[in-house]
Formats: sequence, C-alpha cells, structure tokens
Amino acid sequence: MRLRAGTLTTALLLTAAANAVAQADTATTPQPPRFSWDPNDPRVGLTAGWVDAASAVRGLEHVASIPRPDGFFNPATPDDRRFFNSDLAFRGTRLYQGNYQGFQVFDISNPSAPDLLVSVLCPGGQGDVSVWGDLVVVSAQETRGRLDCGLDGVADSISAERLQGIRIFDLSNVQRPRQVAAVQACRGSHTHTLVTDPDDPANLYVYIQGTSGVRPPEEMPGCSGADPGDDPNTSRFRIEVVRVPLDAPERAEVVSMPRIFSDPTTGSIAGLWGGGDHGPGTQRTSATSACHDITAFPDIGLAGGACSGNGILLDISDPVNPVRVGEVMDPNFAYWHSATFNNDGTKVIFTDEWGGGTAPRCRASDPPTWGANAIFTRTGSDLQLAGYYKLPVPQTETENCVAHNGSLIPVPGRDIMVQAWYQGGLSVMDFTDPANPFEIAFFDRGALSQEMLFTGGFWSTYWYNGRIYGAEISRGVDVFRLTPSQHLSEAEIAAAELVRFEQFNAQLQPRFTWPAAAPVARAYLDQMVRSGRIVTARANELDALLDRVERGGVPGAELRQAASRIDADVAAIRAGTLGGDADRLERMAEVLRGIAR
Amino acid sequence: MRVVARPPLVAVAVLAAGCASGGTSPRTADGPSIVQPGAPGAAGRVVSAADLAAASGPTHTDADVHFLHMMVPHHAQALEMAALVPARAAGEAVRQMALRMEISQRDEIAWIERWLRTRGEPMPGEHHSPGMPMPALMPGMLTPAEMDLLRAARGEDFDRLFLESMIRHHEGAITMVEELFATPGAGQESEVYQFASEVEVDQRIEIDRMNGLLQTGGGR
Repeated sequence: MRLRAGTLTTALLLTAAANAVAQADTATTPQPPRFSWDPNDPRVGLTAGWVDAASAVRGLEHVASIPRPDGFFNPATPDDRRFFNSDLAFRGTRLYQGNYQGFQVFDISNPSAPDLLVSVLCPGGQGDVSVWGDLVVVSAQETRGRLDCGLDGVADSISAERLQGIRIFDLSNVQRPRQVAAVQACRGSHTHTLVTDPDDPANLYVYIQGTSGVRPPEEMPGCSGADPGDDPNTSRFRIEVVRVPLDAPERAEVVSMPRIFSDPTTGSIAGLWGGGDHGPGTQRTSATSACHDITAFPDIGLAGGACSGNGILLDISDPVNPVRVGEVMDPNFAYWHSATFNNDGTKVIFTDEWGGGTAPRCRASDPPTWGANAIFTRTGSDLQLAGYYKLPVPQTETENCVAHNGSLIPVPGRDIMVQAWYQGGLSVMDFTDPANPFEIAFFDRGALSQEMLFTGGFWSTYWYNGRIYGAEISRGVDVFRLTPSQHLSEAEIAAAELVRFEQFNAQLQPRFTWPAAAPVARAYLDQMVRSGRIVTARANELDALLDRVERGGVPGAELRQAASRIDADVAAIRAGTLGGDADRLERMAEVLRGIAR
Repeated sequence: MRVVARPPLVAVAVLAAGCASGGTSPRTADGPSIVQPGAPGAAGRVVSAADLAAASGPTHTDADVHFLHMMVPHHAQALEMAALVPARAAGEAVRQMALRMEISQRDEIAWIERWLRTRGEPMPGEHHSPGMPMPALMPGMLTPAEMDLLRAARGEDFDRLFLESMIRHHEGAITMVEELFATPGAGQESEVYQFASEVEVDQRIEIDRMNGLLQTGGGR
C-alpha cells in the first residue's frame, strides 16, 4: 500500500482530466478500452458495513473469518492505519499475519478454525512478513519504529532508538518470540523478499525494498537523499541485500546495495524510467528509483522486480549481486507493484497499484487496463505484453480497489492465480491463455462505509496447502475452499490440494510438482473434455480407467498399456493425422506410468 | 498525547458474531498471550490487558497539525498557479502537467481536511497552535508580486516562469516535510508519516519532470 486516501473529487477530476486530454487529441490518441461487466453480477449493490457488510461468493466456500485480536484494532473506526493488517506467510500448520502494529501467529491445523497462538506487539508498518524455519522477518518503514518494539514512537528526530529496516524474530518457542536481529536501512523496508541460493544453504538472503524518505546521515551514517548527479552514493536507486547466517541470525547484515536500475551504456545509476506520462491519454508512471516488491523464483534463477516505473527481470544466481537482464514499461501503468511468475516461468504478471491502494480505482469510469494486471510472456530475458486482467465488476466510490497481492493455485495444466483487490474482494483468474484471462471464482464484501472511503479490504490472498487465506486489512483473516464450477472441476481442485509445502512465502516462489495420482490425470482429462480437444470414445475409455484407479487395484501393466495408447495418440496428433491436445495427453500418460510404479 | 480508548472485549465478540459466513475461533480468558519482544538479544515481556489500555502508539502532535495547516495554503497557491495555465501556456506538456497537478493537489487538500475533521482539529485558518505562528508565506510560495508577474506572462515566457516557480514551490513542500521530520515527536502518527513521505516522493518526481521540461524548452 502506498498513497494516501483518494477522495470523491479525485474520481470526477480524473475523469475530467481524461476527457480533457481526449478532447485535445481525439485524432491521434488511442483511448483505453471501456469497462463492461455483467449487470447481474451479485457483487453490484452489496450493503456496506464494517462487521455486517453483505457479501457475494462464487466458486468458493467461505470456511472461516477471524477478526483482528485485542491490541490490533481501534474499536472506534476500521480506518486506523496504526492497526492495518498486511501480508501473510505460512509454515507447517502456522499462519503468520503482519500488521502495522506487529504480527499474529495462528494455528491452522484445522483451516476452518484458525486459532490464535500469539500476538506480537512491535510497531513499524507495514509489517510485511516472511518465514524461514523458526525465523520470522518483518518490514518496518515508519519513523515510529523502535529497536525495542516500544509503542511510543521515537520523539527525537535523530535517534539511535529508531528502527527502519527489517526485524528478525526467533519463534522456536512460539509463545515467546524473541527479536534476534534488526537491520537498519536508509529508506526503511516497505517490503522485503527472501532469496535462497542452492549453493549456499548456510545463509538466507533478504532483499530490502525501501520507499520511505531517506534518513538523515546523523542518524544512519552514509544515508544520502541527494540526486545521483550530485552524489553517486545516494541511498536512492538501489535495493539492500542482507545476509542472514542461519546458525547465527543475530549476525545478519547488509552485504551489498546493488544498483539494479543502472544504464549499462552511460553508467548512470538512474538508468530506467524517469517518471511522467507517455504522451496524451496515457498514464503517469512513477520514476524508477526504488523497487516496490521483488518476487524471487530460484528454480529458474530469476526474480521479477516491480520497481515503481518499470517491471524488471533480475538474474539472482548470485543473490548478493543480482543483475538486471531485462525490463519493460507500460503506458497504462501508474506504479509497478508486484510480480508473479506462472509455474513454468514462461509468463510474468505485473500488477499496477494505480492510486496506491487507498483510492477507488475499480469504478465503472476507470479504464480496464489501468490499475490492472499486465500479463507478459517470457522468452529468456525478453518480455512481451500479452494481455490485461482487471477485476471484472465495478466497485463503488467508497471502496479502495486496485490490483494487489496474489499467488498461483496449483491446478495442473492451467495457470490460475488468486488475487486480492482490496475492497474489490478476491478474484480467481485463469491466465493459461495470457491474451484472454478470465475469472473463475470470487468473493466480495460491501464497502466498509457507504459515506466515507475507509481503507480496507484484502491486502493479499494466497493459496496454501489446499485453502485460500485472505488478509483483510480491517476485518482480520478469511479462509476459503474452492468449489467445483463450470470453470473448475472437482478433480482439478483435488489435484491442486495434493500440492503441499512445508512453508510458503509468496515472494519466494516455489515450483509446483504434482504426485502421480488419479486426480491429476483426471484434471487433464477434464480440461480436454471442456475444450473439446479429445475424441469422445477415448475420453470415455480414460474416464472408465480412472474410475477404476480411484477405486484401487488397476494392475500396473494395464496402466502402462493405456499410457502407450496415449503415446500413439500424441504421435498422431503431432503428425497432424488426429485432432487433440498432445501436451495434456502426454502429461496424462506420464501420470499413469507414475501410478503404475 | 491523546490516548484512544481501549477496545472493550465485547467489541471482539461483536466482530466475531458479525462474520456469520464462516466459523470463528472463540476466545477464552486465558487465551493466547500478547508478547512485546525486546531489542535484539534482549528479553521481551508478556503484555497484560491492562498494559494494552495505554498501548495505542504515538498519536499526532501540534507540530503535525501545524504542518498540515501550512500545507493547505501552500497547495492552494499551486492550484491558483495551475489555473493560469490554460489561457497562457504554449506547451502541451505544461498544460498536461498542470492538469494532473491540479488533481493531486486537490486530492491532498481534501485528505488533509478529512484528517483534521476526523481528529476534531480545527480547519486551516480557524485557529493556530499556540507558539507556532503561521507565516504569511510557506516555504517556496510566490509573493503577490511574483504571482502578478506570472499572471502577466504569455506563451513560452509563461511556460518557463511557471516551471521555475513551480519547482521552487515544490521544493518548499519538501522543505516543510524535512522540517516536520526534524521536529521532535512529529511525523510519528502513521497517517501523517505516510502522507508526508509521499508528498516528498511525489514532489521530487514532479520536480524532475519539470526540470526535464525546462531543458527541452517547456515543451511540445
């Protein structure tokens, strides 16, 4: 979350501005497409309320809703920034929820009844949270952050008691979290990203993304807010890399401050987008002087950086020295906010936090390509724009709404993401075809208030071991289970639920692999039947076979034989003598052989 | 220092009951503990419900209110300057910049007024904090004579003067933010912190943009 609250007048003025620009350049300006939606969508017209808002749901079952605990909300108003909930992280049966005032740990052994284990008071905002083993890393960016987790802020403008940076807690005794390290940063830590190096298992790396004003050098030596031309050592235009020795986390320290925006030709450290619009009718894009967030995908050795004015790709094979290998910009983007890869790393979704997360940007008058996801295809370090996705239903003037944090749902054979849209609720999106993404499930509540824009809604919604967890800024945490629909079959959901992780941090993206199990094979079959890309006779045959597999006791030889028949189909399809979906058939044959083993 | 009343436990019960669409986790008297860790390496403590009563965190100070009170006339002058643009500017880029500036400055004024209203503080001009007199001109603001000069300029002369004046005006806002953060106890409240930080970032971006326009002749 970034900018201050938008107001009702903003809406009108922005529309007026867009119109004025449009009138000035009607002949030459390409206009963003108009927003259209289903008028019968149940998300339209939901009654407002903090704890009693009406809600609409499709393709999901809402299994739990837990309010913020004592000490972490103001009963007088939902709109008190000191107590906003922020991001989520997961380990084993524990859910970690960040808050501007600290963080919570829930037991989610029974996901339908999350049980609060401990509340940790340690203010600093935004409380972006990650977990690694017994360690919990939390971002602090505000000037009120104290080294000792004190609640009273730091009165002196220059003080050794202030902490803006990351905190590292040891939760080996979950009832008694201890702060083991605090690493200062010149621009604080708005977000951070855990990065691992397969060749260096003794250390964990943390990238600090700071967006606060630069701290005075009297408080933190070396900090400089100067322009790069005046001071080549400016604290802007960089990230900080922290090394955390896992056997001695108290020795965590900044080991590099890479200049990932530099221009390789001129050597300028401010080598990317300088800020401003891209011509008449375009969005005004922030300057690239900091990353808002970075998502590491160690399995492919890359990270996607959403860096205010650009989307970038970083080679992280040496985590201490990330190297920018590609960058994109988009005239529809205001603020590059977050990145998510698809599971094979061939697509990258960048989100645009137009309005900073506190403004209403999903209104009927807002362009569907602004404040949206931009979906890029990736070949090596080359990114090509393929399409956009935005919450496909309008929200009101009193609902802050824009693209925000999400994660993949591990349905084999498809690219699916569940994503938070603040007060726009959550939306589950299929982007298998990146040019034609579509919604397959949603949940939305009415506004916090019909009269005032109070900041709220989902900060992040992530899939973890079979459930969707939503971090609600002022309403706590919500848990959902997927339900079958025309867009998603029971087998596809069952296959997704088979994928389990020991821990999950959305910005340290893991690669999914699926066990050889009947629901996985059936998920592929359902997809081929849905798209009509399998002959009916063969579909019926495989359906009957999978029925028997599910009941148990199909001999391995028979499964191998079926796999060989599929191989023959695949060869025929690739030779052009048969129609069908060779890729999915091939994967299905693999699963059958796996079950046979 | 204002202290917000402690959330009564009954509020938690109401919240839980309000979320009727899912299961809830009942809280018990000896429920989960609230822990406040210490500094790195130091011991923490378990916080009691009584401790929590005073634990609302830093609230706003007179210096925060003073900062916001100063920001309103400052922004209002930027709007006055931007309003001169349509009839005088030569460059399309200056026109667009002024239009967008108008939106963001209006937005920020509305935000300030809402912040003051919801905290029961006087609106700008109604009342000034004792010991913090309002200057006639905030940092970077144009004098009446300078405003007259801008009003009289036309075409490319106007563009150049507008950009130079607005850069100075924006630098004044950054000075005000720096002064805020240099004042003991100020800029600690979460929302003021956020607002002031973003004013600084946004004004810097616009200054860079305007410097770019000056170098290219105000342009196109």
